[in-house]
Amino acid sequence: MVDKSNKVINALKETGFFKPRKIYDGGKVIVGIIILFALVAFPLLYNMGKAAKVPDPKVNTPEIQKLPEKERVCVEPKKYMTENHMKLLNDWRDWVVREGSRDYIGFTKKKYTMSLQNTCLECHSNYDNFCNECHKYAGITPYCWSCHVEKPEEWAAGKLKEEK
Amino acid sequence: MGFNLAFYFSLFAVIALVLVPLVGAGAGLHVIFGIVIPYLAGFTFLAGLIYRIVKWARTPVPYRIPTTCGQNKSLPWIKRSLRDKLENPENTIYAIGRMALEVLLFRSLFRNLRTELRPWREYPEGGRLIFWSTKWLWLGAIAFHYSFLTVLSRHLKFFTEPVPFFVPLLESADSFLQIYMPAVYMSGIALLAALIYLLGRRIVDPKLHYISLASDYFPLFLILGIGISGVLMRYFLKVDIVAVKELAMGLATFHPKVPEGIGVIFYIHLFLVSTLLAYFPFSKLVHMAGVFFSMTRNMASNNRAIRHVNPWEYPVKVFSYMDQEDMYRKQMKTAGIPLERDIEE
Repeated sequence: MVDKSNKVINALKETGFFKPRKIYDGGKVIVGIIILFALVAFPLLYNMGKAAKVPDPKVNTPEIQKLPEKERVCVEPKKYMTENHMKLLNDWRDWVVREGSRDYIGFTKKKYTMSLQNTCLECHSNYDNFCNECHKYAGITPYCWSCHVEKPEEWAAGKLKEEK
Repeated sequence: MGFNLAFYFSLFAVIALVLVPLVGAGAGLHVIFGIVIPYLAGFTFLAGLIYRIVKWARTPVPYRIPTTCGQNKSLPWIKRSLRDKLENPENTIYAIGRMALEVLLFRSLFRNLRTELRPWREYPEGGRLIFWSTKWLWLGAIAFHYSFLTVLSRHLKFFTEPVPFFVPLLESADSFLQIYMPAVYMSGIALLAALIYLLGRRIVDPKLHYISLASDYFPLFLILGIGISGVLMRYFLKVDIVAVKELAMGLATFHPKVPEGIGVIFYIHLFLVSTLLAYFPFSKLVHMAGVFFSMTRNMASNNRAIRHVNPWEYPVKVFSYMDQEDMYRKQMKTAGIPLERDIEE
């Protein structure tokens, strides 16, 4: 019986596919493989047991509610705004600060004043439920707010100073 | 300047790899390009890497073969500096130090020399051989590797929720210059610049051009493609970043889903990354794991201090001339061949 199984193993060895060989420095190699696994699986292990909430930016501020249903649009279409708002804001800054023009014609041919504080935040006055909803999820810290005030009302009431 | 067939082959291979998702994801095969291919690629990466590691680990290295770049440990009155100890380590601790220098600071590239025959006044018919120290390759390599590491670490923000503390720190340092919106990352520029240098040296230097193969050009073009598609996506073409994170989180937590409305540039980026992952274990890129197995670096140079015996050595059967004469004495005598010891009467 033993002879037979040896014969099978030897036949397998001769094919070249079966090479029962020793792993040298096995301990170190296994530690290396574990480190590799830990690095690759870091996101999985880190997220384990935490249900990520998909952001849902709210556009139900009083200022938007006041508008008639049809006029509840931003300066550009929604898809464009989700993808390009940072670029638009950057352009607005350049046009206002460097070229001194404040007028912006939206996609509905409506005229807007280019101002983050006075135009954008007038409608989107809910920083926590709008801007920060996605920014927090995507891990983005825009440097808008190092000069601009994200919550003008709270700031005026003096509530924001300690938070900052 | 020179472009060989390998150059064009790699270039067109990467262009073809861009076209695949451009057509496929453009035609709406988002599940294939967003879920199936990334998972297959990730699996190939891990399995392939472990296969290579185990294969290397099974290869016996019976003798010590470290390169000696400094004074070996010898008689007590022969002085050795720390440099000698790290370049010619006599024990494991210094061998670890040497490996750290190699892996983290690319010590052996720092040794790079350029030889040149310069005209010499004292010997006008010949010349003088000069060994210049050149650090350009080292600089390009270190810029490439560290910027790639930074870029890769930054991408953790797509795979973790909440984002771990070090990612925003790294990001704010990386976008420190606060140019443009979204802020330009220096690592992205460094990565592309280093890649262009690493590619350029293979084009400009005739010697390098001569020895460059498709397996040298292809990874460069592939990573360049990944870098360019990433930069395009971040600064110019734009995609819905929240949807991208939803997809990435789905992949990371094994609850895959494909949100609607992600631009095709994202699928191109993801497909090129998947190609890189799948290609990684079977290419020169596997030096990521292989560097730890370089026995000319990772062994302590203690040949003189310790006797290393080949583990599969066995007593060799010897058949000497005298054994031969003993066996064939009679026949040799008959044939007239001179004998060391004559037949005893």
